[in-house]
Amino acid sequence: MEGNIVTMGAYIGAGLACIGMGCAAIGVGNVAGNFLAGALRNPSAAPGQTPMLFIGIAFAEAFGIFSFLVALLLMFVLAG
Amino acid sequence: MAGEAEQSGGLVIDPMHQFQPYPLFGEGPLQWYTVSNVTLWLGVAVVAVFALFVLTTRGQKIIPTRAQSIAELLYSFVHDMVEEIAGHDAVKFFPYIMTLFSFILVANYIGLLPGAFTTTSHIVVTGLMAMAVFLTVTIVGFALNGVGFLRLFWVSSAPAALRPVLALIELISYFVRPISHSIRLAGNMMAGHTVIKVFAAFAASTLIAPLSILGITAMFAFEVLVCGIQAYVFTILTCVYLRDALHPHH
Repeated sequence: MEGNIVTMGAYIGAGLACIGMGCAAIGVGNVAGNFLAGALRNPSAAPGQTPMLFIGIAFAEAFGIFSFLVALLLMFVLAG
Repeated sequence: MAGEAEQSGGLVIDPMHQFQPYPLFGEGPLQWYTVSNVTLWLGVAVVAVFALFVLTTRGQKIIPTRAQSIAELLYSFVHDMVEEIAGHDAVKFFPYIMTLFSFILVANYIGLLPGAFTTTSHIVVTGLMAMAVFLTVTIVGFALNGVGFLRLFWVSSAPAALRPVLALIELISYFVRPISHSIRLAGNMMAGHTVIKVFAAFAASTLIAPLSILGITAMFAFEVLVCGIQAYVFTILTCVYLRDALHPHH
């Protein structure tokens, strides 16, 4: 058993930050699911809106990226 | 952690080892001028882009060859995207966006080759590109609209009481753009390659080797998809940011 309590806390925090990625996954699924629901109602309008799908996914994903960033900072800056 | 991986020949089980830059010639610490494996694979990507877009379209034919039609497809794909998302007056930025797209796409796919170094998995590489986009958008926005560019943060369609709060949120989200823009690409590349490598490490045990080989195959196919999508997402977000600079009215 080595290390100190700060390192331990940093690693636990990094693990907890990963919850945010799961939440981002919910958001991305929400965007894609709603797009599919709309696209199946009006398939002829769907191809024109595909860029919007990716923009929506990208913005939903951004917040998962912040939690990933927090995890990286905890692991490599605070604990490293 | 990645820093602890020891430099040894052959295959290394540590999944983060593949992201470690090392000098190509000789030993010693990495300086900004050191020729490392990152330099090599960045160069390979540039040469590949050059080969795809310059060499294949040199002897232009009415009936394109296969390579020429790939180049033409990518060209018209990005051109349509810029025109559709950022507006007709954004077409003068098309060469820049096309450069970004083709470089990221090619660098992503070259990173998938076994033994290759994924340059886009490093925040240094993607951060530079995202920062360039951010600065371009800010400078173009102020150059074209003057102080009117600040209307981007003042949501005039919202209730008056909410506007200062929204302005603050818009301001924060504006400055966070280069971070999310760059880490999205780097994180996706890094995560996918790490997962493939983790599955590869499972293959060392004979008992679960068939399963892990199936896993690698599935993840690799998924990664081929993700590489294309991430290049597309980076480009489309560049177009969205550019639209803000050209038309800052909500």
